[in-house]
Parts: sequence; structure tokens; C-alpha cells
Amino acid sequence: MPGMKLEVTTAMKARTLTRHFRESLKSLGRNGWMTFASVSAVTVTLLLVGVFVLIMMNLNKVADDLENDVEIKSFVSLEADEARVTEMETAIKSMSGVESVNYSTKEEELSDLVLDFGKEFSLFEQNNPLLDVFYVKATEPQQTENVAKEISQLEGIEKVKYGEGKIEKLFTFLNTGRNVGLVLILALLFTAMFLISNTIRITIVARRHEIEIMKLVGATNWFVRIPFILEGMWLGLLGSILPIGLIIALYYNVTEFAQPKLSGEMIQLLDFAPFIYQVSALILLMGVFIGIWGSFMSIRKFLRV
Amino acid sequence: MIQMKNVYKKYPNGIVALNGMNVEIKQGEFVYIVGPSGAGKSTFIKMMYREESPTSGQMLVNGVDLAKIKRKNVPLLRRQIGVVFQDFKLLPRLNVYENVAFALEVIEEKPEAIRKRVLEVLDLVGLKHKARMFPRELSGGEQQRISVARSIVNTPKVVIADEPTGNLDPETSWDIMNLFERINASGTTILMATHNREIVNTMRHRVIAIEGGLIARDEVGGDYGYEG
Repeated sequence: MPGMKLEVTTAMKARTLTRHFRESLKSLGRNGWMTFASVSAVTVTLLLVGVFVLIMMNLNKVADDLENDVEIKSFVSLEADEARVTEMETAIKSMSGVESVNYSTKEEELSDLVLDFGKEFSLFEQNNPLLDVFYVKATEPQQTENVAKEISQLEGIEKVKYGEGKIEKLFTFLNTGRNVGLVLILALLFTAMFLISNTIRITIVARRHEIEIMKLVGATNWFVRIPFILEGMWLGLLGSILPIGLIIALYYNVTEFAQPKLSGEMIQLLDFAPFIYQVSALILLMGVFIGIWGSFMSIRKFLRV
Repeated sequence: MIQMKNVYKKYPNGIVALNGMNVEIKQGEFVYIVGPSGAGKSTFIKMMYREESPTSGQMLVNGVDLAKIKRKNVPLLRRQIGVVFQDFKLLPRLNVYENVAFALEVIEEKPEAIRKRVLEVLDLVGLKHKARMFPRELSGGEQQRISVARSIVNTPKVVIADEPTGNLDPETSWDIMNLFERINASGTTILMATHNREIVNTMRHRVIAIEGGLIARDEVGGDYGYEG
């Protein structure tokens, strides 16, 4: 008796792949309402996820900016003369953990103040109550406190300020925000995956008969599975279109109209250009992933014929 | 080409369907499988295309032991076997042509070859002129002929039929039987489970009677042997 050739070849012919694509698209149309339901579920989820990602990435950015912005404002006492100021500057520069030192005279300080808060302050030009200031930046935000202490011990320094306490609180707040956001995003993705796999399962149950026949005439599992997986992919793709559009529109408006107002508050959001496209790509990938994974999970048990 | 050695099958619910069965079927034979319901006939048939696998024993088809075959290689086994069911199992959304072509698409045959071969078998079963119709527009007998066409479209060595005339009236049953005769005449092994005593007694072939999970009788040219 001649032995059968019983080895599955995994290579798939191009026309078979074309067939799978055609089948998956046909199936989308045939399952009209189920398609609509899945796509809606993905849309809502991805929209929420997208908004969360926008918020989180910007929170991150603001937090980073703030961290890097922490400067030690070291006020020079009135007694210190010019020679002492130069001495102090070299002393500060030689401290470990100091990145940069900027000296600003009290006249410069005042003009900054006028610039920020209005002409009323120019009254003080007659009798400037301000002090000369060293703006010192630490190489690492964490070193700020130590550097500040060291500077305050220098002779000729009236006092130092670096937003003690408040900064730490802000950081904890931002960190909590980040973690909560991450958990929410994961929960949303999980929900969408569950919804998709449920929807696809319903369409599969309706076509169980078909799958059985396919298996009985000798279709491999992948032959049966691929059209369903592609269908899931389409659901994910379709579901990501609206969220991407909305998020681009939303962020365009934020950067265009809200950013100028926020600049006054020293907040600089992420630029529109590369960022929003990265987020869009992320949403698209997530849509495709949950679609594929959802179908993959739901078809498994129907293949055991 | 089909050989069972001490095949034993116990279902998870404890029922023993086959109790150490030994049988050999040669290439080109026409075999009726008869016996009362629940005697193990269906299990016997299902084992041929590996819908069930033996709990123990050897089950050789074309020299391959189905008890040991890997799950992923089952499709390849099925491509060498044609199966016809009592309820036809046609795809309702596909027309006649597509239903038959399906078995070839699955094995990634070339489109031109598919077309040629499908028309050939449709002609053989006499339904070429209904190629564009859908299963629901056909009579039971016609649907079964389509199903037979599908079972032989990839030129299997063996066709397994599970009560193919069970849902048909006597006249159309004879049409189907004539079809099987012709397929058998071209060298294809036919294995057919049936309750139709008239057919078994008229078109004489080897009869294997299964009772209580064992072969009760095995005679070439035998009769149905059960009352009613």
C-alpha cells in the first residue's frame, strides 16, 4: 500500500490569500448589524483610549518640563559687592551637581517683572526693592535640594528659593495620574477585546455548520481561521477611523486655540505634528490588534471538528 | 486499503461503541455497513474520516494509522476521502457550482483546473445545467447528487456515505445508488452505512453487519438480514 503524503505545507498560495481577503470582506457585509455593533464598540473604546493617551502624554511632558525647570533662585544680599558676586559665581559653578548658573541683576529682574505683570511695576524703577539673583540649575532634579542647601550656606546669599514641597506634591500627583490612566487604558482595551470576540463568536456560531463542512472536506485550521481573523482586522481598522479623525481634530484645536492661553501659565503642550500622528498610528495598531485577537480567541473552540 | 485491528472505542460518557473490531476492506470494494441504531455503525463510519479516533487499536487507511495521526495532518487525510451525509451538508449560501468547487479551493487547486473538474463531476451527476442554482432551489435527490459530486471532485480513493438515502424517497434513492455504482466501477472504494434493506438486497455487495460494537456478519453478496 502506498503511504500517503501527510505533511501540511504552511506556505499559502497568493490566490488563496486573495480568496481569504474577499471572503472576509463579504462576511463584513453579510453580518451587517454585528459588524456595526463591533465597530461601534471599538470606536468608543479607542476614542476613550485616544483621549487618555493625549492627556497622559501631555501630563508627562508637563511633568518633565517642570522637573527640568526647577531652578534654585539664590538671592544675593545687598552687602555683597561685585568682587564677592564673582567669587560666589565661581563657588557655585564648582559645586557638584550644578549644571548652569545665570546671574541676573535686580534691574533685569524688575524688567522681567514688568514684562510679566504689567507697567504698574515700572513705578519701582525709582526705588528697586529687588535683589540680584543667581539662577542655578541642578544636573538632576533630585539634586536640587542639596545644591540649594549648599548655596544658602555661602556668605553673601540672602536666601534661596526652589519651590520646596510643592514640587514633590506635584510629582506625586502626576505619577498617580499616570498610573490611573494606564490602568484605565488597559481596562478599556480589555473591554473592547471582549466585545469584539463576543460579536465575532455570534457570527461564528451562525456559521458553525459552514466551518464543519470546511473541515470535513479537508480545510486546514488556518484556511478556516484566516478569513475570520481578517474580518476581525477590518473591524478594528474600521473602528479606528473615527477615533483617529476626532482625536486629530481635537488636538488640532487644543494646540491652535488653547496653547496660546496656556503659555502664559508656563505650560507647553506637545507639538501637534509628529505627536498626533504617532498617537494615530498607536490607535490604529490597537484597533487591529484587538480585532485580530478577538477573532482568534473566539474561533478556537469551533475548529475542533 | 482500510484495515482495523482490535479497534476499541469508548466515549467519555462510558458507552463502548466499538469493542475490538477487526476488518479489512480492499481497494475497489463496495461495502454496506448495516445494523441496528446504536450498534456502532456511525462510530465506525466517523472513524474513517477521523471525526472520532480509536481509544485503542490500529486503524489504517492507505497505510496511515489514524489513531496516531497528528491533529494538524487530519485535513490531508480528509482530502483523500470523500464523504456523503444523510443531510447533504451543502453550504446554503453557495450555489451548486461553488459548493462543489469548494472542496478544491480548500486544497488550493488552480482555478482553471477547478473549473474543468467541477463541470466534469456535475456532468457525471447530471446537474451541469443547474450549476448556478442554490441548494434550497433543488429537490432532496438533486442536493444529494451535488453532495456526491463534491465527495468525488478531488478523486478520492474511497467514498464514505453515511445513510445517503436516508432522507430520500425510493425513486431518487435508486438514482443515488446508480451514481455510487458508477463511481465504484471506476475503481473507487465505497463504504456505505444504510438502513435501506431493498437497496442492499437488490444491488448485491459485501455486507458488514455491526452489532454491539462487533462484526456480527461479513459476507460478500449478502442480504440486509434484518426485519423491517
